[in-house]
Amino acid sequence: MCGIVGLFLKDPKLEPKLGAMLTDMLITMTDRGPDSAGIAIYSGAKDGLGKITVQSANPEKDFKDLDGDLHNAIGQPVAMLVKSTHAVLEVPVGQMEAARSALSHLRPSVKVMSAGDSIEIFKEVGLPKDVAARFDVAKMKGTHGIGHTRMATESAVTTMGAHPFSTGSDQCLVHNGSLSNHNGVRRELKRLGMTFETENDTEVGAAFISHKLQEGETLGNALEATLTDLDGFFTFVVGTKNGFGVVRDPIACKPAVMAETDQYVAFGSEYRALVNLPGIEDARVWEPEPATVYFWEH
Amino acid sequence: MQSFDLGKEGLRALNSSLHALKGQTNMTAWEITNPKGAHAIAAGVDAPVDITVRGSTGYYCAGMNKQATIRIKGSAGPGVAENMMSGTVIIDGNASQYAGATGRGGLLVIKGNASSRCGVSMKGIDIVVHGSIGHMSAFMAQSGNLVVLGDAGDALGDSLYEARLFVRGSVKSLGADCIEKEMRDEHYAILEELLRKGEADGKAKPEEFRRYGSARKLYNFNIDNAAAY
Repeated sequence: MCGIVGLFLKDPKLEPKLGAMLTDMLITMTDRGPDSAGIAIYSGAKDGLGKITVQSANPEKDFKDLDGDLHNAIGQPVAMLVKSTHAVLEVPVGQMEAARSALSHLRPSVKVMSAGDSIEIFKEVGLPKDVAARFDVAKMKGTHGIGHTRMATESAVTTMGAHPFSTGSDQCLVHNGSLSNHNGVRRELKRLGMTFETENDTEVGAAFISHKLQEGETLGNALEATLTDLDGFFTFVVGTKNGFGVVRDPIACKPAVMAETDQYVAFGSEYRALVNLPGIEDARVWEPEPATVYFWEH
Repeated sequence: MQSFDLGKEGLRALNSSLHALKGQTNMTAWEITNPKGAHAIAAGVDAPVDITVRGSTGYYCAGMNKQATIRIKGSAGPGVAENMMSGTVIIDGNASQYAGATGRGGLLVIKGNASSRCGVSMKGIDIVVHGSIGHMSAFMAQSGNLVVLGDAGDALGDSLYEARLFVRGSVKSLGADCIEKEMRDEHYAILEELLRKGEADGKAKPEEFRRYGSARKLYNFNIDNAAAY
């Protein structure tokens, strides 16, 4: 199974509530997959600063003085906000690559969850309510976000195997389903220079889209290409810095419901996830068509 | 009228109250509020009662229904009226995947659209869809009637047995062994009655439909195909 929720806000008045709305939606989907949960929030860019969200199994040791150590390494100040096993590092935009490179030497056991101008990803093993509470997701503001609760099929139940997967700057993807040709696609993407953290099929889907975007394709074309090159079952929801997209495989047995009002576009694996959204009674509610790409951009 | 607030009283309390209705009862009218997409609402009812659900439902609403008339004043999630035995289910909005799957009897009316696999493996149920239906509908359908006022998606009636499929609009493609067949008087009569029962007689006329059915070439193993396996 797996449960997906997503919210793309059109009305800035709702932005302070993004985290709370997404948390509520994700908790409703708990019984679709209780193994692990994750959430990607696009909380907005700060002038001249980028964000790297990192995770550690041993946060007390790894995050101690990490901001200072990175400052010394890149010669620019770094701000750090620690949230449980994750930390968000604010780094000058021009130093993002230098900071990631320094990080891999300074703290080799630390994993990068996401990097970009706006994105922050928090994910862990556990129930959605516990994962959301651990990272205080309900208090987060933002323009759009995606959540996922996992029932593992293709790889182990680990933090790195949880969704969302981020394989490019400000990009993320969540998946309900299973891909059957992911090993072949992964080999081809590795040859093209993409790197992978896990044996997970979804990470291949994310990297496939990231690679297309790197090549200069639009989000719409990248999503379109999943329909020809990826084999298996999928409902994908993807996020970019300004956008939010949905695509389902041609068989479309993995459920999906969408709702749109003047204030938002919302996605849920089931209608249950959407019932507490403001104005849902009058929203346009529909099932995304099989093999059809949908996306919205700010 | 029995009123039941699903948000307050919960699904188990609802379904056990409905399952307790046996044979003749004087509690013949039920209204369910706050369904909020919950699963298995009014599944397994076996009594001649009238149930109205005020809102949209999740998986398997009205599954296995016997005798009851169940109205959904919203849209229905996957597997609505799955394996219905008798009675009537009427959905004001749209229905998700495999509506009426494996249904053995009764009438399912969908006033909006139905998505993929509508009537898959139907075995005697009648389904009337006022809108359109998605791909792989009536896959391996065995008996009963599927009436569609709009269009049908890809692979309609794949590996069909003896169900009758009536479509007024376009059919994107026919599945294996499904062919168009002539409309005879008996088919116009069936359609006329189903359109009336399905509250669609003001919307369409029997002569506007085409009939699809089985070419009956997949019924028996063909020895000439042995090399293909």
